[in-house]
Amino acid sequence: MYGYIVRRLLLAIPVLIGVSILVFSIVRFIPGDPARIVAGVHASQEYVERVRAELLLDEPLYLQYYVYISNLLQGDMGRSSFTRRPVTAELFDRFPNTLILTVAAMGIATVFGMGAGIISATKRYSLFDNFTMLFALAGIAIPVFWLGLMFQLLFSVQLGWLPSSGMESWRNLVMPAMTLGLATTALIARITRSSMLDVLGQDYINTARAKGLVERVVVYKHALKNALIPVVTVMGLQFGTLLGGAVLTETVFSWPGIGRLLVDSILTRDYPVVQGAVLILALFFVLINLFVDVIYALLDPRITYSTQEGS
Amino acid sequence: MNIKADQISQLQTPKSDSEIRQVWRHLRRNRMAMIGLLILALFVIVSIFAPVFSQHDPIKLNLINALQAPSSDHIMGTDWQGRDVLTRILYGGRISLAIGFITVVIGLTVGIPVGTISGYYGGKFDLFVQRIIDILIAFPGILLAIVVVTVLGVGVEQVMIAVGISTIPIYTRLVRGSVLSVKEEGYITAAKSLGIGDPRIIIRHILPNCLGPIIVMSTFRIATSILWAAGLGFLGLGAQPPDPEWGAMLSNGRVYMRTLPHLVIFPGLAIFFMVLGFNLLGDGLRDALDPRSRKYG
Repeated sequence: MYGYIVRRLLLAIPVLIGVSILVFSIVRFIPGDPARIVAGVHASQEYVERVRAELLLDEPLYLQYYVYISNLLQGDMGRSSFTRRPVTAELFDRFPNTLILTVAAMGIATVFGMGAGIISATKRYSLFDNFTMLFALAGIAIPVFWLGLMFQLLFSVQLGWLPSSGMESWRNLVMPAMTLGLATTALIARITRSSMLDVLGQDYINTARAKGLVERVVVYKHALKNALIPVVTVMGLQFGTLLGGAVLTETVFSWPGIGRLLVDSILTRDYPVVQGAVLILALFFVLINLFVDVIYALLDPRITYSTQEGS
Repeated sequence: MNIKADQISQLQTPKSDSEIRQVWRHLRRNRMAMIGLLILALFVIVSIFAPVFSQHDPIKLNLINALQAPSSDHIMGTDWQGRDVLTRILYGGRISLAIGFITVVIGLTVGIPVGTISGYYGGKFDLFVQRIIDILIAFPGILLAIVVVTVLGVGVEQVMIAVGISTIPIYTRLVRGSVLSVKEEGYITAAKSLGIGDPRIIIRHILPNCLGPIIVMSTFRIATSILWAAGLGFLGLGAQPPDPEWGAMLSNGRVYMRTLPHLVIFPGLAIFFMVLGFNLLGDGLRDALDPRSRKYG
């Protein structure tokens, strides 16, 4: 078990190096003088030259990367070419907000998705089941930004129940989290349903019923536990979709997270912040995948065996 | 020997006419898939023949008519520059369909050869490709496309390239996986023992057998690409004015949302139905191309 976790951790290192190289390349691929691109359109010639010297932009690429990565490891991602604040500080301000939003969305998706999936599976072909399946189909086809606007129209403009943007209280979180979580709710409902149906058809469920166990115990104790593994896998994969979706959702609801910071920075050509935001989102995603893989191995011991045999 | 090899390759060319007909027969019985196909057929027809369905110009300003609510003249109203919203949605379908197909073609053009070589030969090349893919899929969802757009700049062509590039790792991994499982089949060993060269084995025997998953994935990827491209348009990183792109239309209509909600409702519905159409068709194709589910169908 520990061997598997250590191996999985080691495998993440080349990925992170690769991600850093890609992020490092962004400002070098954009046509124009990299020093000017990093310093900003309105920077003085003096500042441009200082950036050029600091980042060794006249030196070979590997030296530039060396400087970039050693700065990065010391928590230095350069300065915003717009506010001149350290990029790390900008990211530090925004990241918790993105975290709150994605975790809230995942929470909503888990509770409602699994709930709907379980009920659907136990009451197959009922009205509820049909409705859930229709919702599961529609949920993954709705553009997340459009859903956000429709929620705003309904809950803020028409009904006046919820604030349409900002983040003053928990009420501001409701709409963005619902918006971001809907597609994942749909997917989790679908996977939970099919996984539960698979498990409910197994022999040991018949045995449990034959023993005279209450249906509730059969469903929640015997079936659900075994049906959860594919659901957990999908949830792990969905975090990526949620983080990507956060970029759009944050823009709709003026939610001050990393996603909105990223989009604003691209539009204002604040490339040091773009680099920082991309790096932090990718880093976060890699860590979540790592975490999910470890949880998965804990849930299902067969996985560690098979990887050991495979390697 | 050559005659034998040819006979074998004919026997093993799996996607024969009857196979396609079988898949179609199964697909036709699937009501949801047929609804999907119908939605898509409608979109294709109205966007190709947009000038037949609407006499208005999708681009030209007509400020006297600006910001009108839906009426008999303009079923979906007009935007802030007086352009008919329905007309722009019809022409916008062309952009979305083009984005969907071109991004998938980009993904396939790189993904099929790289994935095939990676899966068939394995070794150092495979190891190298796998590490690069690990890096590319470390960017969650739409983020890789955003990174590429940052470098390339905004516009429809740039979005096609950006979203196309972000589908490459998905196809490479899918094709590699399919090739890995097909290459262990008995008929591949048979072909090899007959002395058939690798390129011929790959093109005649392996790739045709990997077609099923590729077709299914492509249907779903077109849907995702359309969603992502609309998302980029909405963020201001995609199509630029005056292009009638649905995501950009939504973004521009937002300002007037409180008084004229039709400016955001209709473009969003268009995206939703087109994506739904491809998803329904994809679900149906997956069932039709999977022999296990076909037995019960």
